[in-house]
Amino acid sequence: MELLRFITCGSVDDGKSTLIGRLLYDSKTLLHDQVAALEQSSAKGGNGLNLALLTDGLRAEREQGITIDVAYKYFATPRRKFIIADTPGHVQYTRNMVTGASTADLAVLLVDAAQGVQEQTRRHAYLASLLRIPHVVLAVNKMDAVDWSQDVYHRIRDEFLALTRASGFSEVHAIPVSALLGDNVVEASTRTPYYDGPPLLRYLEDLEVDRPSDPERGRLPVQLVLRPSDPALQDYRAYAGQVTSGAFRPGDAVVVLPSNIHTTIAGIDRYGEPVTEAFAPMSVAIRLRDDVDVGRGEVIASAKRPLRVGQELRARLCWMAERPLVPRARLLLRHATAASPAIVTAIESVVDVHSFTDQPAPAQLALNEIGKVRIKTARTLAFDTYAEERGTGAFVLVDEASNGTVAAGLIIAEEPAT
Amino acid sequence: MSLLSHLERLEAEAIFILRETAAQFERPVLMFSGGKDSIILAHLAAKAFRPALSPFPYLHIDTGHNFPETLAFRDRFTAQMGAKLIVRLVEDSIRLGRAVEEKGKFPSRNRQQAVTLVDAIAELKLDACIGGGRRDEEKARAKERIFSVRDEFGGWEPRLQRPELWNLLNGRIHVGENVRVFPLSNWTELDVWQYIRAERLPLPELYFAHQRACIVRDGLLFPISPFVRIDPEDDVRRTQVRFRTVGDMTCTAAFPSDVRDVDGIIDELRASPVTERGSRLDDQRSEAAMEDRKREGYF
Repeated sequence: MELLRFITCGSVDDGKSTLIGRLLYDSKTLLHDQVAALEQSSAKGGNGLNLALLTDGLRAEREQGITIDVAYKYFATPRRKFIIADTPGHVQYTRNMVTGASTADLAVLLVDAAQGVQEQTRRHAYLASLLRIPHVVLAVNKMDAVDWSQDVYHRIRDEFLALTRASGFSEVHAIPVSALLGDNVVEASTRTPYYDGPPLLRYLEDLEVDRPSDPERGRLPVQLVLRPSDPALQDYRAYAGQVTSGAFRPGDAVVVLPSNIHTTIAGIDRYGEPVTEAFAPMSVAIRLRDDVDVGRGEVIASAKRPLRVGQELRARLCWMAERPLVPRARLLLRHATAASPAIVTAIESVVDVHSFTDQPAPAQLALNEIGKVRIKTARTLAFDTYAEERGTGAFVLVDEASNGTVAAGLIIAEEPAT
Repeated sequence: MSLLSHLERLEAEAIFILRETAAQFERPVLMFSGGKDSIILAHLAAKAFRPALSPFPYLHIDTGHNFPETLAFRDRFTAQMGAKLIVRLVEDSIRLGRAVEEKGKFPSRNRQQAVTLVDAIAELKLDACIGGGRRDEEKARAKERIFSVRDEFGGWEPRLQRPELWNLLNGRIHVGENVRVFPLSNWTELDVWQYIRAERLPLPELYFAHQRACIVRDGLLFPISPFVRIDPEDDVRRTQVRFRTVGDMTCTAAFPSDVRDVDGIIDELRASPVTERGSRLDDQRSEAAMEDRKREGYF
């Protein structure tokens, strides 16, 4: 069975949690005791069955009626398994959306039909595009509150399609829904004759999920070296890691980067058993033909399509800490299985949250701001751009004093000199 | 090039997490209770480092209220895996006055267990504890990270969690802090059973149908044990039951079943009307029961 990971995002009160509750409730994923707990909780609020309570897991969230942190939900239909990352809509919690989006194949963006496309909607679409989520569903919710108006639906849909035309999504699909009443969520609605597509769940079940990984571009960041203590295996040495993209076979010519060692794959073991092929996202251990010195943090790559190597990166950065980022800040960079001290040498631009254009030379990057930066690392790294490969094109920055993760980074290419 | 099945993906992800734990920490342990989730963890930990040995000793926080079947299984399984087992007893924490015994009909040692665990972490200078928690179990768990940082008191502060992006796990901590690691975060209960079937993993016999004397209470069946007070008005019956989770004898309910194998469990689960935590008295105490216990250092 296939797996689809998606995020749901929307502004406060767009009914996101209700929509997820509806998906779980109508697809019969909810079990008796969950329904009982739901009814007990809903009774306290006194507004009928409150489906949002299914996702608002923390006490503060229930008390304030808002979602604070990314919540993961799981459900399966006979056709597919789903992992939902439910991300909050508040401006101050943008970092949570970036977190949820980092592993998603699809984003469901909610818009309140009575409110139309909001600044938050634009921001979510922008973030989904920045993190290169290939598929977007625009759920125009609360259609019951606008009398199922075809005009309202079409106006919102067209406005959204126009604004995402240049966003690089491989598909954008709009659906008029009422999460509260269930129309077009699991069951098709009879009140939206102008919409001839499938209800949301059917759309999610049928979607062909892109597998953008290029088989020629094999990458395995080394996590650790397997060296058994058993004297009978004293010559065994294998490099354990998860293939992040592409594929490897015994006999393949590979290069270990950044140390730039050229060698050949002697064998591939999967949990101790030899296999004839390893492809993403398998966890394996690779044995190399030559007796070479390879350690954690290096990347084994197809010799034909090596990674870039260097100590200078250009990146899009989403800043996630209260304390702003200032030029010359010293941080720890974690990329694949490597870690290196790093200095943000320049903040080139910051994204304006209204126009989504890059404004040059800001003094700093504040919490939830996104900018282009230049970074210099103490160690040499082997990397791809994020557009090429998520696994070897993404990094995080860690504050060495607090140890907190303070930024998400997406490596971008140098712009050609003008 | 073919695609990985759903289970193979979950397995590859869990093994990636276990290898990261071995690489990023000095003194990690694997929390082993003898329950199905910890059996899977132990199995995955063995696979992750083959043909080398798993670097993780097992740690069991023994509440003293365990089913004897679980303890016997624990010792048998540990010997088979050739693993080192460390046991710390809640009984000792109570004797030393570190924890106070709960009163009542079904005295739980859940909160006391957190004290013993936090003490064991300090005593053994552990920096990472690998646990079998899954996000599908409970609402507070749905917001848990894969690497979950705890302070010296073992406390979980949900609002201060580190963002976790892509597969980049940040295990950096200060001295005295520790990380709870959850390799099965993205597994559901059904995935767990399908994996047990696929890998033919051994299990304590409590998971399968057997005869047992139970107190019937609020529609749930509670096993009779030396730790539960039997009152004259109690409805006690000997009946054929099995357990869906194996927690403490005082707070784990059984249910009527004639299922004797893993296939039967999977069929039953597909048709089952309640969640796994629905059979745990400890989680039914309040809406935020799990969140509160996690804040105090519980897994």
